Amino acid sequence: MKKLINDVEKVVEESLSGLVKAHADLIKLHPSARAVLRVDSPKEKVAVISGGGSGHEPMHTGYVGYGMLDAACPGEIFTSPTPDQMYEAAKAVNGGKGILFIVKNYSGDIMNFQMAADMLAAEGIPVEQVVINDDVAVENSLYTAGRRGVGGTVLAEKIVGAKAEEGGSLEEVKSLCERVNANVRSMGMALTPCTVPAAGKPTFELGPDEIEIGIGIHGEPGRHRMKLKPAREIVEMLATPIVDDLPFKAGDEVLAFVNGMGGTPLSELYIVYNDLSDFLEKKGIKIVRNLVGNYITSLEMQGCSITLLRLDDEMKRLWDAPVCTPGLRWGM
Amino acid sequence: MDNEHLDVTKAVAIVENIKEIIDANKEFLTRLDSAIGDADHGINMSRGFAKALEKVRNNQYNDIGAVFKDVAMTLMSTVGGAAGPLYGTFFMRASMKLAGQKEADLTLLAQAFREGLQGVVALGKAQLGDKTMVDALTPAIEALEAAAKQGLPLKEGLKRALDMAEKGMKDTIPLVARKGRASYLGERSAGHQDPGATSSYLILKAICEALGV
Repeated sequence: MKKLINDVEKVVEESLSGLVKAHADLIKLHPSARAVLRVDSPKEKVAVISGGGSGHEPMHTGYVGYGMLDAACPGEIFTSPTPDQMYEAAKAVNGGKGILFIVKNYSGDIMNFQMAADMLAAEGIPVEQVVINDDVAVENSLYTAGRRGVGGTVLAEKIVGAKAEEGGSLEEVKSLCERVNANVRSMGMALTPCTVPAAGKPTFELGPDEIEIGIGIHGEPGRHRMKLKPAREIVEMLATPIVDDLPFKAGDEVLAFVNGMGGTPLSELYIVYNDLSDFLEKKGIKIVRNLVGNYITSLEMQGCSITLLRLDDEMKRLWDAPVCTPGLRWGM
Repeated sequence: MDNEHLDVTKAVAIVENIKEIIDANKEFLTRLDSAIGDADHGINMSRGFAKALEKVRNNQYNDIGAVFKDVAMTLMSTVGGAAGPLYGTFFMRASMKLAGQKEADLTLLAQAFREGLQGVVALGKAQLGDKTMVDALTPAIEALEAAAKQGLPLKEGLKRALDMAEKGMKDTIPLVARKGRASYLGERSAGHQDPGATSSYLILKAICEALGV
């Protein structure tokens, strides 16, 4: 294992410390709990909070700031955070208008956020939760823990954060988040595995010419394994199940999000975007917004994911609204 | 020494034993978890029980419920993942049954563990056969209850429970996972022993050893 670290036990702690030093104008650490807070919190608005295992940076800690998250609770690498983190973060950023938890659909995240929500509700703090589950690679939701939360989470955090920033009520913010989740679908693939520092070995093995289609962001297995193919064919393999699932139809306006898993150069991500653009054009699906880059990663894994979000006018307006976080910044 | 009861001293010894056995099996649990999960179970459990032992050692206790309550709170705030809330809930619910008790006999212990298991099922929603910790805990606790009903000695009850937990753990090997991250593997999860069922067996083994079984 070759990594730029000092101590496997301190990877998350030291990385967080660097993050808040680099972006001290936007974010700060909670004084006692492991949570990243907006520097100007609490604000008199609905507080939007997310969290999950570390190793997906910039998600979620890099999305704390104006127009997006009020707080993010990072767990150990690929391990869900604990209820006391979300509880303390919520207490710190609560502006009296209620709390929305944006939770990715993983067993651990669901249980830990639920416990935190119970603790807050017991104190009379209004708290709602929306579970993001956009990964179409999980075919048989009935016999599994259900579809995983992946790329759609980033888009939900941006759009919902903008709604909270402009003064949306807890009910409005929650229902918008559910609407984003209902209209977003994703699928990913890996060229290489990644290595969790504390484990020291890759999470799975792939032959030198093998790829895994439908991979999860923690290296969970996907739909199938196959020999490497040209980018165009891989894009078709990812985009087809996405389009068929919602389904996206001719005339739909979408946000197309091509995400890097952490170890893939931007030049390759633009090849993917180019192929995706051609693919959608043939189907009459219009890309009216896009996002290309490393936004929800899997440590140093090579690979990408594709996310499509069917936009309505409100979502478009909120996507364009100003945002100022370490990981996403425009309009201000 | 009274062999028929669990007391505060033995409860603390149990926590020490669990910490040791989890540490000794840290790599093994992580290896099982990397086959069908996300390769962190051993690391997370080891961190949690190290903290739990630290907490328990630094406190004085008058009742066994309080020992397990501190274990529960520490696991919930240090383990993370699904294992943190699940084991935290197990010990929390068991501690509620044991609250105020200076000692517990086989019957009370079986009741406390049953409460713990019910908490785990309520939170994780796993059924028997879903390839989870429930598959090791359920037959073990049934054996404990049966032994209590027959009026068997504490050690004999625990020994039977441990045998059933071991069988339940091994029986997870051919199962297809229906809960947690292993469920994403579908049929590919068959052929691997479940890490959660394994850590449950190890915890029971540590309890048995602390009580001289």
